Amino acid sequence: MTGHIHRDDFGARLGMWLFLVTEMVLFGGLFIAYSYMRYRYPAEFHHGGSELNVTLGVINTVVLLTSSLTVVLAIVAVQRAEKQRAMAFLGSTLALGLTFLVIKSFEWGAKFHHGLYPNSPHLATLPPGEQVFFGLYFTMTGLHGLHVIVGLSVLGVMLWWVATDRIRQDRYVHLENSGLYWHLVDVIWIFLLPLFYLAA
Amino acid sequence: VNAWLARWLYTTNHKDVGILYIIGSMYFGFIGAVLILLVRVQLAIPLCGAGVTTMCWPSATQTFLNPSAFNQAVTLHGLIMILWFLSPLAIGLANYFLPLQIGAADLALPRVNALGYWLWLFGGITATLGFFMPGGNTAGGWTAYAPLSSSGFSPGPGPTLAFAGLIMLATSITVGSVNILLTVAVHRGPGMTWRKIPMFSWFMLFTIIAMLFSFPSLLAALMLLISDRVLGTMFFTASAGGSILWDDLFWFFGHPEVYVVLLPAFGLIAEIFPVFSGRPLAEKNIILICTGAIVIPLSYMVWSHHMFLTGVTLSEGEAFSVATILISLPFDVIVLAFIKTLTKSSIRLTVPMLFCIGSVFLFIIGGITGVFLSSFVLDVVYNNTYFIVGHFHYVMFGGTGFGFFAALLYWFPKMFGKMYSKKAIYASWFPMFVGFNMLYFGMLILGMMGMPRRYYVHLPQFHTMHVVATVGSWLLVLGLLMYFGTLLYAIFKGEKAEDNPWGGVTLEWTIPSPPPQENFEEIPIITHGPYDFESQEAKS
Repeated sequence: MTGHIHRDDFGARLGMWLFLVTEMVLFGGLFIAYSYMRYRYPAEFHHGGSELNVTLGVINTVVLLTSSLTVVLAIVAVQRAEKQRAMAFLGSTLALGLTFLVIKSFEWGAKFHHGLYPNSPHLATLPPGEQVFFGLYFTMTGLHGLHVIVGLSVLGVMLWWVATDRIRQDRYVHLENSGLYWHLVDVIWIFLLPLFYLAA
Repeated sequence: VNAWLARWLYTTNHKDVGILYIIGSMYFGFIGAVLILLVRVQLAIPLCGAGVTTMCWPSATQTFLNPSAFNQAVTLHGLIMILWFLSPLAIGLANYFLPLQIGAADLALPRVNALGYWLWLFGGITATLGFFMPGGNTAGGWTAYAPLSSSGFSPGPGPTLAFAGLIMLATSITVGSVNILLTVAVHRGPGMTWRKIPMFSWFMLFTIIAMLFSFPSLLAALMLLISDRVLGTMFFTASAGGSILWDDLFWFFGHPEVYVVLLPAFGLIAEIFPVFSGRPLAEKNIILICTGAIVIPLSYMVWSHHMFLTGVTLSEGEAFSVATILISLPFDVIVLAFIKTLTKSSIRLTVPMLFCIGSVFLFIIGGITGVFLSSFVLDVVYNNTYFIVGHFHYVMFGGTGFGFFAALLYWFPKMFGKMYSKKAIYASWFPMFVGFNMLYFGMLILGMMGMPRRYYVHLPQFHTMHVVATVGSWLLVLGLLMYFGTLLYAIFKGEKAEDNPWGGVTLEWTIPSPPPQENFEEIPIITHGPYDFESQEAKS
C-alpha cells in the first residue's frame, strides 16, 4: 500500500444525491399518510391548522431559507480560499439553525402548555381527526427537527474542519454534501409549512 | 485472538463484510428454520376428538405451542427469513463478488458498508430479543397489520423491540443500497462498459433500485407505528381508515421486496447457466430490458393486489389485477431465455448447475400459482389460505433459496480456496428437492381444500396433508443439514481448490482463490464480454 488516498468527489456527490432521494421517499410516505388522513378529516385538519401560530411558522421559514443561503455563501468562500469569510458564513448558518430550533421549542412548549401533545388527556377529548392532525404535526415536525439537529451537528464538524484546513480550496466535497443535506432539510420544511400552518 | 477479533470487528474490506453478512444470515436463517420446525411439529398432530383419540393434543389449550407462541413463531419466521436471511445473503454475495466482477478494488463507501452491516446485525438481535420480553414478541404476522400491531392488541415491549429492529434494518438497507448503486455507477474498472457488466452485477443493480424507493416507505410506516406505540399518537388506530393506510405504506414496500429477494437469484442463475452450458446467455439484452424497464417500474405499481380483501373497488381491483398479470410476462420471457440458453448446449451437470435447474423448476411452479393469485376473483378464495403460503415459498425458498445455494456452491472455492465433497452435495440435493415439494405442494393442496394460514390447530380433513408436509419438512431439513455440513467441513478440511475450477470467464475467476486483500494486483483492463467463452479459450 502506498500513501495514496483515493478521492472520488463525483462519487461522493452522487452518493449524497441518492441518499437524499431515499430521504424524500421517507418523508413521501409521511406526506401520503398526511394526504390520506386529510382527505378523511378535512374539517378537523382545517380546525387543527387554525390553532398553529402562522407568524412563528413564517418567521422560521425565513430563518431556515436564510441559513440555506449562508451555507451556499460559505461554499463559495471556500472555493475562493477565503477562510475567515467561510467560517463566518458557516457560523451564521449554525446560529440560524439554532434560532429555528429555539422558535420551534417555544411553539411546541405552547402546544404542550395547552395540553396538545400525543396521548394527553385534553387531546383525548378532541375528535379523532384532530388527534390525528396533532399526531402528524408532532411526528413530522419532530422528524424534521431531528434532521435539523443532525444537520447542525454535521455543519459544526464542517466549521471545525474549515478552521483546521481539512476543508480547503481544493478539497471541499464534504462541505458541499453537508450543504446538500441542509438544503433538503430546508425543502422539507417548505412543504411542512403549508401542510400544517396554512391548512386553515 | 485479539488481532483476529479486531480484524473482523473493524473491517471495512468488502470481502470481509460479505463473509460477515453470509455468516450472519446463516445464523438468522437457523433461528428462522427452528421456529418453523416447531410450528410444523405442532401442525402434524391433530386435536383429540372427532374420532381421534391417540397421538393428539388433549385440548385446544394443551398443545405443543400455545396459541401465542405459535403466532410469535410464525411471525418471526416470516420476518427473519425474508429480511435477515434471504435479502442479506444476496447482499453478502454482492458485497463479495460485485466489486470483483466489475473490476473494482472495493465498494465505493467501505465505512458506510460496515455501518450497514452492524446496523443490520443489531437490528436482527433487537428483533429477536423481543422473545425474552414479558408478553413475548410481535405475533400479528410478518405484515404487522394495523390495528393488530397497535399497543392495544399487541401490548408490551416485545413488539416495540421487533419494530425498532425493523427500523434499524430499513436504515441499514438504505445506506447499503446507496453504496452498491454508487459502486456500479462510478467504480467500474477501465473498459468495463455497461454492456460488459456480468449478469449478477446487473441484477444486483436492479435489486438495489427496487430497494432504494421501497424501504423508505417501510421506514415511514414503522415510524408512525412506533410513534403510535410509544408516544400514543393514533395514526393506525383512529378509525377503520388507519389500517388501510398501514396496508398501503407496507405493501408499497412489500411488493418490491418480493423482487428484492428474487432478482439476485435470477442474476445468479444467469451467471451459472452460461458457464455450465458453455455458451453465452441467450437474449441477454432482452432479459435486461425486461427486468430494468418492465419489472422494476411495475413492481411499484402492483401493491394493491395484496389488498383485494380490504374492500378495494372493483375497478381498482381490476387495474391491479391487470398490472400484476403484466408483471408476470417479463418473467416468462426471462425463464424462456434461461431454457433457451440450455437448449442443445453441452450441459455439465455440476452441483451448482443442479441447484440452478432446481431453482428454475421450482420458480416456474411458484410463478404459475402466482398468476392464480393475481386474479381479483380467485384471490378472494385463495388469499389467507395455505395456497398463498405454498406459492410464496415456491418463489422465495424454491426460486430464490435454491438459486442462492447454487451460488454458494459456485463461489465457495473462490471464497475459501477449498473444494467441498461434490458427492455429498449431490446426495443432499435429493432429500432437499423431494422434501421441498412434499412440504410446499402439500401446502398448495391444503390451500385449495380451504385450510386458512396462521391457525395453530386444524380440522380433521386437513390432517393427512399436514402430516405429509411435516414429513417433507424433515426431509428438507435433512438435506439442508447435509448441504451446510459438507460446506462447513470443507472450510476446515477441504482439498485445495484451483483458481478457476468451473472455467468461468468473469473477472473473479482471473485472480487467486481466496482473493488477495486488494483484489487485483493491477486493475484489469476489460476487453471481452462476461460470457465470451470462445475468445477466452482461444487465448488460453
